Amino acid sequence: MTTFGALVRRDLALATRRGGEAALTLVFFVVAVAVFPFGVGPDPDLLARIAAGIIWVTALLASMTSLERLYRADLEDGSLEIMALSAQPLEFQVAAKCLAHWVTSGLPVVVLSPLMAMLLNLDVAAWWVLVVSLAIGTPVLSLVGSIGSALVLGARKSGALIGLIVLPLQIPVLIFGIGAVEAALRGGPAWPPLLIEAAILIAGTPLALWASAVALRMAIE
Amino acid sequence: MTSPEGGEPRLLVDDLACERGGRLLFQRLSVSLNAGDALIVEGPNGSGKSSLLRIVAGLLAPTAGRISWRGLDTGLEPQPWRREMVFLGHLNAVKRTLTVRENLAFLRCDESPGLRESLNLEGLDHLPAAMLSAGQMRRLALARVAARAGGCWILDEPAANLDADSTVRLNALIAGHRSRGGIAVLSAHALDEAQTVRLGTSP
Repeated sequence: MTTFGALVRRDLALATRRGGEAALTLVFFVVAVAVFPFGVGPDPDLLARIAAGIIWVTALLASMTSLERLYRADLEDGSLEIMALSAQPLEFQVAAKCLAHWVTSGLPVVVLSPLMAMLLNLDVAAWWVLVVSLAIGTPVLSLVGSIGSALVLGARKSGALIGLIVLPLQIPVLIFGIGAVEAALRGGPAWPPLLIEAAILIAGTPLALWASAVALRMAIE
Repeated sequence: MTSPEGGEPRLLVDDLACERGGRLLFQRLSVSLNAGDALIVEGPNGSGKSSLLRIVAGLLAPTAGRISWRGLDTGLEPQPWRREMVFLGHLNAVKRTLTVRENLAFLRCDESPGLRESLNLEGLDHLPAAMLSAGQMRRLALARVAARAGGCWILDEPAANLDADSTVRLNALIAGHRSRGGIAVLSAHALDEAQTVRLGTSP
């Protein structure tokens, strides 16, 4: 009954309407990155060295800001029951939810990352590596976040709990994402870490969809 | 397994039992429904009406027993069942920030002719669902059910929040659904010529 495209469109409409949740994620990303120079000092060389780490960690935190509502709204209004009883596999619908989450939280980060790289004085030669590493990595953030978001549906106060579950699982993609930029800064090849990142995305996608669907089924029992 | 054709009833509930939180809600419950039949589930609060409906729909696993649709076990092969079944629980599955038209479009029922008239939803298209009253919200949720022709309707207290006029409209929808060979399973509702299951009679 519910097709993939309809679910993506509806979630995008919800994210852009409900008090601008999508805009909120974006503003958080920009403001949080902009705050770092105040904390570590305005030394351009230091900022250039830690720019990739700052942008990546902030992208990770930005993707978490909208995770708590990812499935909770559907659970509370009954949409999740319809999803679970749809003739289409629940995994398929989880993929649609993750895609919509990525478009509203990951994609803006990818698009804005060169601006943030400029702000933090990252070497221009490493910009494209940063963009590619984020383009491959942010879908992983949404997918792994989906598992955490589905797992905590049974808990009343789940905001901090999602972080505890999700953050450790995001470390591998974080390491290889930042590693690619560092490699580019050193003048070495950036593609090995990028390929490992892509491998994490490819191997992790079915696993995350399946795990999310199992957790969602448990939540509605 | 018996073949889908032959004398097998359309929807068969066979020796069902349900235990929730260590309490046995019902056991040895068997019902068979054919095209055009309806089943009313009655019982006091907490007697397991919703649990029974959720088990039949497939949201909840039964403690014992099985349900089959056209001869196929719905627990083992849920796809044919899900294609023909529509479930409306206590929650309306309406997105409050979307308009009535957007909600109908998402539920794939904005093209169905006469649907808005039959549920008295005319003139509400551009209103955000958050502005609707509880009864209008329920009617919007019922549109999802009404758009599904044939098959099996599973409705948990469908008339909740509905006024007298809307309840009459709902009964007309259910009667039309049954006359076209559909099956209805409802709780807390009164219908003509329907089987009845009473839960919680032996506390």
